[in-house]
Amino acid sequence: MAKPARFDFKKNIARALKDRQLRKNLRSAMDGLRVKRQDVFDDARELEELRGYGNAVKERALSRLPRLLEQLEQKCTQNGIQVHWAETTDEANHIVLEILQRHKATRLVKGKSMVSEEMHLNQFLARHGIEALETDLGEFIIQLDGETPSHIIVPAVHKNKDQIARTFHAKIPGAPYTEDVEALNRIARATLRKKFQAGHAGLSGVNFAVAETGTLCLVENEGNGRMCTTVPPVHIAVMGIEKVVEKLEEIPPLLRLLTGSATGQRITTYFNMITSPRKPGEKDGPLEVHLILLDNGRSRIYADPQLRQTLYCIRCGTCLNHCPVYTRLGGHAYGFLYPGPIGKILMPQLKGLSAAGDLAMASTLCNACEEVCPVRIPIPTLIRRVRNESYDASGSAVIPGHGYRRNLMEIMAWRAWALANSHPVINRLIFKLAGRIGHLLPAIGPLKAWTQVRSRPQFAPKSLHQLAREKGVPNG
Amino acid sequence: MPLYPPRPDKVYFFGTCIIDAIFPRAGLSAIRLLEREGITVLFPRSQSCCGQPAFNSGFPDEARQVARRQLYTFNRDYPIVVPSGSCAGMMKHHYAELFAGDRDEERALRFSGRVFELGQFLTDVLKIRLTDHGNPMKVTWHSSCHAMREMGVIKNAKALLAQLANVQLTQLEREYECCGFGGTFAVKHPLISSAMVRDKIDDIVQTGAKRVISGDCGCLLHIRGALDQCGLDVETQHLAEFLWERTNG
Amino acid sequence: MADITRDRILKRLHKAAAQAPDISPVACLPTAAYDRTHRLERLITLMSAMRTQIETANSRDWVDRLQAILKNRNLKRLLYSPETAMGRELQDAWPAESQELPALCSWKGQAEDFKDELFQIDAAITTTMGAIAETGAIVLWPDEKEPRLMSLVPPVHIAVLAADRVYNTFCEIIQAEKWSDHMPTNALLISGPSKTADIEMTLAFGVHGPRELIVLIIDET
Repeated sequence: MAKPARFDFKKNIARALKDRQLRKNLRSAMDGLRVKRQDVFDDARELEELRGYGNAVKERALSRLPRLLEQLEQKCTQNGIQVHWAETTDEANHIVLEILQRHKATRLVKGKSMVSEEMHLNQFLARHGIEALETDLGEFIIQLDGETPSHIIVPAVHKNKDQIARTFHAKIPGAPYTEDVEALNRIARATLRKKFQAGHAGLSGVNFAVAETGTLCLVENEGNGRMCTTVPPVHIAVMGIEKVVEKLEEIPPLLRLLTGSATGQRITTYFNMITSPRKPGEKDGPLEVHLILLDNGRSRIYADPQLRQTLYCIRCGTCLNHCPVYTRLGGHAYGFLYPGPIGKILMPQLKGLSAAGDLAMASTLCNACEEVCPVRIPIPTLIRRVRNESYDASGSAVIPGHGYRRNLMEIMAWRAWALANSHPVINRLIFKLAGRIGHLLPAIGPLKAWTQVRSRPQFAPKSLHQLAREKGVPNG
Repeated sequence: MPLYPPRPDKVYFFGTCIIDAIFPRAGLSAIRLLEREGITVLFPRSQSCCGQPAFNSGFPDEARQVARRQLYTFNRDYPIVVPSGSCAGMMKHHYAELFAGDRDEERALRFSGRVFELGQFLTDVLKIRLTDHGNPMKVTWHSSCHAMREMGVIKNAKALLAQLANVQLTQLEREYECCGFGGTFAVKHPLISSAMVRDKIDDIVQTGAKRVISGDCGCLLHIRGALDQCGLDVETQHLAEFLWERTNG
Repeated sequence: MADITRDRILKRLHKAAAQAPDISPVACLPTAAYDRTHRLERLITLMSAMRTQIETANSRDWVDRLQAILKNRNLKRLLYSPETAMGRELQDAWPAESQELPALCSWKGQAEDFKDELFQIDAAITTTMGAIAETGAIVLWPDEKEPRLMSLVPPVHIAVLAADRVYNTFCEIIQAEKWSDHMPTNALLISGPSKTADIEMTLAFGVHGPRELIVLIIDET
């Protein structure tokens, strides 16, 4: 599923904003998630302590990332987990393929994994005759419809039950048309249960990897993750290299931050901590466990101390839930895998600015995301950094594609603005002029965009400077 | 530097460019409120803009150039009172980043230490007492994002409104949600900006209030523009102008 | 080939990390401490809110209690492990035949052989490693005696928990039981029956994991 070099963001936005059903679904879902989060973090002081801790743990873990990855690899290998490294998603896909082919596996059951979406794994495997079946209910629903997830945690949030009812009835053999949520769940359960038994291999993501013990930690509510990582004889875990933490004792607060922020839960139904494949004497569990460590641009992000903070992300999705722009657009409009505030800083860095830099412009910098990020990523500051680099063609910018937005008109406009605002005489002149003829300005450029949806601003006949002088307010 | 200085004799007033060009009466009302408390207000003529528009739009050099002008204009050790949470937030919290490693870094940090948002200054430094001379009316309040999240001064504005005995303040249902102005965002993404402000307007209308007050003229300009385009009969007013109008007898 | 990739990635990371300042280890957060009664109360309250059925018994009457719970539920078979002390007690006290109670059955062979039968079994009973009051979860350490799938596949999961093994917090159990020295193949925290809210954010129970979780707390007091 190759993306065109410049996706039509404006068109996506227009379409999303016109979709009343989508806006209604999103508004209701985001409200619910926000309230749940507030309820579960009812002690404000405790929450701030937790967030401070989360930020500190991530900062330290990342400052020692290569050593922790080496330790993780060593411990995992000691315990029988085979560790692979992939620089690109292409390499990661081939590693998965090689493992599956070695086991003559043609059916892969998947737990929810955003990294596997980054890899476009399902499509890749399909080209090689391997069926990859999503078992997380939300992912299952969108897979039936051939869609991509529209939210990091609740991938089918944009759909309502009659849409799902239609999908199930059309795509699942024997499924009746029903909008009853319990009935829909039962249909999914019955369909997927058969698939778990028949799967040749299982794939999962990793929420946290502990270097100290070589443990892969997974959160889930449905039980499909446990199914995928226990029933088939082979388990493949895919993970971004930034997910490693140092010690087991760091997990409880991070877990609390993740489940509380993502779904407003104190804890998910299951918290799964995997340290090895089936040991001698044990009667179940995969005979082989593989861990694929994926770079895909993360080591480049890592190289810049400020941008490195992007990698603190624990993929909770709460920034999306609090973003007034995401609430109105939904994930698909963003055109890239990770939408919302985190997407605005991550995608331009992963895909390059000329491909995804436009995402960072779609923000009012309202700071709602920063206020709730469980690991205190300074998202608005990083959005501004992405914007700065979008216009900076010089060697001091680091993100690939930097300077892509550089254009003479904007440069001249801001230089003129700077000139007018750093020279009081010019400043006074302009304000006098604006007061006199502001209303006559033709609606072009910014004024056209403004008046598209608002009435014209009216410049005051006398500026505050003039009034202050007239009223005798001292200069100082 | 103590969090709130004792009552000063003199303060600087930073008008903000939007008030300067479009809402000068709000600025004048703020100056008068301060003068009425016995403070000498200085309005340095060479002031212009805090630099935020360029800072947020990817042009930090131009932002710094303009911000530097303010550093040298407000060069004495007086508090700088700003009738905008957004501009105050820029000058208080982002000048450190803007001038990091710059020859004027020290000056910028000292400058930032002297910045106060108007409502914050009135309640926490001047401990102002207001007497309401107006007729009973119902208003609603719009919290600008930066006043709320960067400056934390919403409680100050509400405390001031609470002192007006004949004013009934009704709360917006989604007071925490951005109005969609966002500076250049308003012209770079007019559709999203409009969708956001339409929701904000619906919220305002459902309160039944005929006037919406805010501490930020950027938001007010945007909300006003949308109200006009929808033909709605709701007034918009800056907090300073409202307070002056109600208490000036 | 893979080694070259590994080395390239690590080289880049090491180069950047060399410039990062040393960050000191992060102090553990203060954690909750409840007294015994409150610990149990909290565990029960939180897990019940997640639709767990919680029962208490003591070491003498727990099997009777269990039988009372399972009576007339139309469960045909109860999977248990005869290799645990709990399992042996259960086996000794279970009737050879009963109309009202499920028949006991045990795991045979490896999962590959037992899988088809496992997916037909109605209920399973396992021991627990302990529980966590702050979060409201039981802890399982499946091993060769009690395979992982016992607490996942059958629609009803009964977990037997000793009241004395309820800890205050997740951090506490990790430290007190020295988890970092001996992590099992698969350690599990379970807070209730499986659920999902993927369809219009409406909560529904019983997805892929058990539809019902029954926690039987053995408390001598």
